[in-house]
Amino acid sequence: MFTYILRRLLYAVPILLGVNLLTFVLFFVVNSPDDMARMQLGVKRVTTEAIEKWKVERGYDKPLFWNTQVAGLPQATETLFFQKSARMFTFDFGRADDGRDIAREILGRMGPSLAVALPVFVLGLMVAVSFALILVYFRASAIDFVGVVLCVAMMSISGLFYIIGGQWLVSKVWHLVPISGFGDGVDAVKFVVLPIVIGIIGGIGASTRWYRTIFLEESVRDYVRTARAKGLSERLVLFRHILRNAMIPILTGVVVVIPTLFMGSLLIESFFGIPGLGSYTIDAINAQDFAVVRAMVFIGSCLYIVGLLMTDISYTVADPRVRLQ
Amino acid sequence: MKPVLLWSDALFFLLIATVIVGAVWVRGQEHLRRGWGRVSKNPAGRWAAWVLAFFFAIGFLDSLHYRERLPDSQPGQASQYSIEVLSALDAVLMPLKIHTEKTYSSPLSDRLYAKETLEDGSRGFPLLKHQGSHGFGTDKVGQDVLYLSLKSIRTALLIGTLTTLIMLPAAIFLGILAGYAGGWVDDVIQYLYTTLNSIPGVLLIAASVLMMQVVIDTHPGWFATAAERADARLLALCAILGVTSWTGLCRLLRGETLKLREMDYVQAALAFGVSRWAIMSRHILPNVMHIVIIAVVMDFSGLVLAEAVLSYVGIGVDPSTISFGSMINTARMELAREPMIWWSLASAFFFMFVLVLCANLFADAVRDAFDPHTQQATSRI
Repeated sequence: MFTYILRRLLYAVPILLGVNLLTFVLFFVVNSPDDMARMQLGVKRVTTEAIEKWKVERGYDKPLFWNTQVAGLPQATETLFFQKSARMFTFDFGRADDGRDIAREILGRMGPSLAVALPVFVLGLMVAVSFALILVYFRASAIDFVGVVLCVAMMSISGLFYIIGGQWLVSKVWHLVPISGFGDGVDAVKFVVLPIVIGIIGGIGASTRWYRTIFLEESVRDYVRTARAKGLSERLVLFRHILRNAMIPILTGVVVVIPTLFMGSLLIESFFGIPGLGSYTIDAINAQDFAVVRAMVFIGSCLYIVGLLMTDISYTVADPRVRLQ
Repeated sequence: MKPVLLWSDALFFLLIATVIVGAVWVRGQEHLRRGWGRVSKNPAGRWAAWVLAFFFAIGFLDSLHYRERLPDSQPGQASQYSIEVLSALDAVLMPLKIHTEKTYSSPLSDRLYAKETLEDGSRGFPLLKHQGSHGFGTDKVGQDVLYLSLKSIRTALLIGTLTTLIMLPAAIFLGILAGYAGGWVDDVIQYLYTTLNSIPGVLLIAASVLMMQVVIDTHPGWFATAAERADARLLALCAILGVTSWTGLCRLLRGETLKLREMDYVQAALAFGVSRWAIMSRHILPNVMHIVIIAVVMDFSGLVLAEAVLSYVGIGVDPSTISFGSMINTARMELAREPMIWWSLASAFFFMFVLVLCANLFADAVRDAFDPHTQQATSRI
């Protein structure tokens, strides 16, 4: 088990290198830093001095991969690739355009992101699995049919509709919670309730249908027939046999998401003014702060790889037949 | 008038041609023909297909672009053409397009939604310039909401289909190659899609779109008209979405090829000395086509929804392109107004809902018809 995890972690290194190289090519080779400077400073009436100053301020005035101006080891280190991309492996992301340290900003914003994303994930999973079990319990009946139709209809509604409609109904018409904002400690509860509910409702259609399919696939297996034949009640068959055996396909889809919960949700956070990583990313995109976007790409892929590893480990917990080697 | 062929038009026509050629090809393939036969027996799928065909007809009309001849050009000289690119749909909807009002007006109303000083000196809601022509109301700058919604359909269809069209060849080729060749080829292809997959989709799209914007902004000379620039941006967005979404299909195809490779008929072909490329194209490709068809129709609805979100985030289509996302984006503060203005949002969400719902129902019918797995499960129940 330990060697397995170690090997998987080593396997992650080339992937992260690839991600790093890809973002580097995107941000520095497709467009030279000169282009970016011109873009930031405005395309017209920009002097070469202004561009040089912009590049020096942000450390973009170095060659891409190989510095011929210096001798020895700095030939490789005094370059854009080493300074801007390779340094990310030590989680040193440098400074954003507004001068703040990106790493500290990210740490501070993880909390608010989690305050919304974690409840959405846990409650959403529970609600969707329960609904799916109900539909499977009443399978091939009118309840099942109406449920599936509802799921498809809910899947077809844009997530923006749930957010805009929810804010309008709950905050503006009913005045139950503030429209947007965030607070410390218990004060935060009234701000996060609506985003959490909307997050759950937005995802319910697709996931309920997905779990229903998984349960239905399990429900025609031989062991289920055996369980029914020996006289178990339908409820016991559902909970003790089908649910437990459906864990593997459910885990495959679910566990990989857990680490990326830290990244927050772009839409919900920006609509509700929650100072998490999602709104940080959106602000960076709108302000064209390339350093922040680069850092978020790197963190995102790290978290995804952790998620893949956690998925594998969770199999051994859910299914004793699975051994990692 | 002078016809204009934008790149996206060309690709859209190519797509329709592909569908027609594909339909002819399917007629010769017994197993695929039976699948489509099953789709047409599914009532929900059949209705959804008709509505989708209607949407596609609108998108097709909207892809026939032309530039109007300016009236003041002299008979002897080379004629001058308007800088504005119109489409056949614009020609059909000309009354809606040119009957703009000053600002908001609610659906079916004959008065403006904002008070101003009337001719008799009192303050009140003035009459519309074109009464009775705005069944869906008008937006902030007085454009007809129904016109905007119909124009958005083309953008949604393009995003939903061109993205898949762009990524399809790469996904099919690499997927089958990885599964069939194995060894280091498999390792490299797997590494490629794991790496792409590990970057969160939105961020990869955001990064690429930001970079594309810099490229477009630093080369203003590339595009003759604003329509061409917006079109290039739309295509680039499709390409970027394609790059981020081909991995799923590629992985599925790799897995299926791994299974098919061990089948007797493939082994027999190998024993007869059929070349590897022939085995891949003649024996494996036709037998994974059902997965490709399912993936194409399943991706469509997700992409249409994604367009709205991306345009809201500011990394979607060009602001001058009419799309559901840009309609929602410009109208998102309108519910907070007093009195509130709901018709732009309602119209955009309604058209998007109908389109995506039909796409979902159609995709379900297709999946049920083509997936041997579900056929087995339903026949056993």
